Amino acid sequence: MTALRDLVRPWQRYSYGFLDESAKRAVRRGLLKAIAIPGCQISYASREMPMARGWGTGGLQVSLTLVEPESVVKVIDQGADDGVNAANIRSFIARASGARTTTDTLEATLIQSRHRIPEERLTRNQLLVLQVPDPEPLRAVVPDISVARIMHADADYGLMWLKLYEQLVQAGRVTQSSSYPSLVNGRHIMSPSPIPRWDTPKLHQAENLTLLSAGREKRLYAVPPWTDVKPLEFSDVAFKVEDQTGRVCERTGATGQFMNEMPLLDGTSTFELSDAGFAEKLARRRAGEAVTIGPTYYVDGELQP
Amino acid sequence: MNAPMTGLAMMPDLEPPRLVDEEPAVVVSGLTKRYGDFTAVDQVGFTAFPGEVIGVVGESGSGKSTLLRLLNLEEQPQAGTYTLGIKSCAGVNLFTLGRFESRSTRVRHIGIVYQNPHLGLHMHHTSGGNVAERLLVAGERSFHALRRRARAALDASEFPMDRIDVPPLTLSGGMQQRVQLAKAIALEPDLLLLDEPTTGLDVSVQALVLDTLKRLQRDRRITMVIVSHDLGVIRTLADRVLVMRRGAVVEAGLTDQVLGDPQHPYTQQLVHAKL
Ligand SMILES: Nc1ncnc2c1ncn2[C@@H]1O[C@H](COP(=O)(O)OP(=O)(O)O)[C@@H](O)[C@H]1O
Ligand SMILES: [Mg+2]
Repeated sequence: MTALRDLVRPWQRYSYGFLDESAKRAVRRGLLKAIAIPGCQISYASREMPMARGWGTGGLQVSLTLVEPESVVKVIDQGADDGVNAANIRSFIARASGARTTTDTLEATLIQSRHRIPEERLTRNQLLVLQVPDPEPLRAVVPDISVARIMHADADYGLMWLKLYEQLVQAGRVTQSSSYPSLVNGRHIMSPSPIPRWDTPKLHQAENLTLLSAGREKRLYAVPPWTDVKPLEFSDVAFKVEDQTGRVCERTGATGQFMNEMPLLDGTSTFELSDAGFAEKLARRRAGEAVTIGPTYYVDGELQP
Repeated sequence: MNAPMTGLAMMPDLEPPRLVDEEPAVVVSGLTKRYGDFTAVDQVGFTAFPGEVIGVVGESGSGKSTLLRLLNLEEQPQAGTYTLGIKSCAGVNLFTLGRFESRSTRVRHIGIVYQNPHLGLHMHHTSGGNVAERLLVAGERSFHALRRRARAALDASEFPMDRIDVPPLTLSGGMQQRVQLAKAIALEPDLLLLDEPTTGLDVSVQALVLDTLKRLQRDRRITMVIVSHDLGVIRTLADRVLVMRRGAVVEAGLTDQVLGDPQHPYTQQLVHAKL
């Protein structure tokens, strides 16, 4: 006779990757839908995490669902690996999965990020998970979320374009800086999370899969590999990324990459690479270490094909 | 012709001879819209030829606005057919179009001016932006072309160009109607729908807006359906008139004839009340 205990798994304190199997299945199902309809927001049952909503719980649930023991995990916050929030999320994922962690983009297989995409080009073997505070690009033009959903279904994006038109009329330029609305696969307008404009073109025809997840708003969406992501722009007023001309990284001497401005007491400022893992490697190479630096999306401020 | 002179049968055939060779711009027949068991529009039919202005009169609640919403493809009727003389949809009952085609037909071929400008405008966006939105929805992606075309449409509605970047919210009622009108004609529609476009405006402003409409009609020969309970407006603009009562057309014909020599008691009442 079969004993009941032969039928169940051995007792464990937590499921692998913290989330229980049904939660992970629900996230995977949402991800599959999101990948099947690039840029379309899919709702999912976002779980309570041991972390406040709004601090990356959406990204964390995706990471925990996809992480494997062999994964190499990198977590960044505004480009930095050592922010408190990034460090907490990284150690939590490592503890819940047994995966190794890294700050080197080239080495990572799973990258969870808030507000940045690394400067070194991601490849087909890497997953990028972006934390999203507000997934709805139409929120700025229609307060009612159910109206927004109908507009997405109809590809009714006149108001979105109107917003850009009005910015040009009133400010003489498009003032939207981060979360720049982009048309995915020629169909859905998405908010690419609050990454700077600089990072938006990195999503276009990317080799890697990008997953975007909003824990509080309970929405998932995705940019599959080799998918068009086009920032909204008028044919005669081109989309421009933040100009990095003349900015030199204080620590590494690097130029032509996305810089953080560090104000000084005398009113001037210095600059520092925003991508801390990349800066770290450049600094080590400067010190004579043999470090592999991958190809970057931009060279000298120019986007590479 | 010995048919008993009751109901629709007493309406004479009044297609003006000058138009008989042309293809109609609008053909509507048997249009019926019910809300629950209340019939708001009851078996309405009419034909309009290119450049013709059809006036619709009737007391409040007779279904005029509902008829315009149907013609603007905003709602589905329970019965009826509706065709426009446009190449992309020649002979197609527009109520059978899918959601997407219906919307694109509405944007590209039909313009509407609502009595209440809040229905037709984004009050907080600029006036020029309101017109530009139409062009954007139709696929215009050049900023300079948007500016130029919005300007041209506002100019045609005799909107003062120095207010182009002012939101309608801060404009007078007459100016708001001009913005609606510019938006409605920006894509040179095949059919322009006007729902009480001058009601609620000061009398002097009414006359100015009416002038603009008349000029547009003369210069562009846009086919129009105009609803007004002001018979003066109808007399000024409409070639032919439909008299609606409780959702149904009780009398139809040339404007001068119907308003000058009304046959149906209801029309007589309307005309005399206004005179
Ligand atoms: N959405 C609706 N639901 C229910 N009844 C409606 C609706 N729209 C209009 N009606 C009714 O249909 C009738 C005709 O309305 P309407 O077309 O606005 O008349 P008019 O413009 O001639 O004053 C009114 O009695 C109105 O209450
Ligand atoms: Mg009405």
